[in-house]
Amino acid sequence: MKTVRVQSQDFDPGAELALLDALGAGAVASFTGLVRGDDGVDRLVLEHYPGMTERSLEALVETSCARWPLLGAIVIHRIGELAMGERIVFVGTASAHRAAALDACAFLIDQLKTSAPFWKQEWVSGKSRWVDARAGDADASARWLKG
Amino acid sequence: MQLSILYFAQFREVIGVSSEVIDLPPDMVTAADLVRWLSNRSHRHQAAFSDLGRVRVAVDQTMAHIDQDISGASEIAFFPPVTGG
Repeated sequence: MKTVRVQSQDFDPGAELALLDALGAGAVASFTGLVRGDDGVDRLVLEHYPGMTERSLEALVETSCARWPLLGAIVIHRIGELAMGERIVFVGTASAHRAAALDACAFLIDQLKTSAPFWKQEWVSGKSRWVDARAGDADASARWLKG
Repeated sequence: MQLSILYFAQFREVIGVSSEVIDLPPDMVTAADLVRWLSNRSHRHQAAFSDLGRVRVAVDQTMAHIDQDISGASEIAFFPPVTGG
C-alpha cells in the first residue's frame, strides 16, 4: 500500500495507523508533525507547488520502498491555514521488523523537509514572515545519502 | 519558444505575480542564464534574484541545479529553500 495525500483538511492518525496495522506486517512506525507555538506564532500558512508536490512525495515513497522491505507507506501533508497545535504532516510505514519501519519513517520525514516544495509562513500578532530553512534539516536529510 | 515561469513564497511576493509566460530568447542554455535575463525585466525581479544562494529551481516539476540545461523545458519554477514538514 502506497498512499500520498496533500490536503487542507485534518486527518486522523489513528485511522491511518489502522490501515497499516491491517497489512499484518509485524511492525508499524509513524511520525506526526504539529504546529509549534514558538515566539508567539498563532498560525501558519502552508504554500505548495501543486503537481510537483504530489510527484515529489510519490517519488520519496517509491525510493523508501526500494530501500526497505515495506508492506505499506503513507504520507499526508496539509496545506493552507493551520492554527497552533494542529497536525501538519503524517508519515507511517509498515514492515516485518522494527528497524526497517523506523528507518523508512525517519527517511521519509527527513527527505520531505528538504525536497518537497512546501513553504511555511508564520503569523505573529497580525504580521507574517516566511520561515527560514534550517541547517539541521539539511544535515538530517544528508545522513541518508551516506553508506 | 514559450515557457511558463512560476514563482512561490517570497519570489511570488517580491515579483508580484505567481506566474508569467515568456518567449525564451534563443541564447538561454541554463537556469542561471534565465535568472540573469529575468533579473533585467524589472526592479522586482532583480530584488527577488539578488541573493543567488537562496534561489532554488525546478525544471518541469523536478528539483534542478541552477546550472542545469533548460532547453526543451516547458515549466520552470523559482522559490526559496523549502520549509515543509
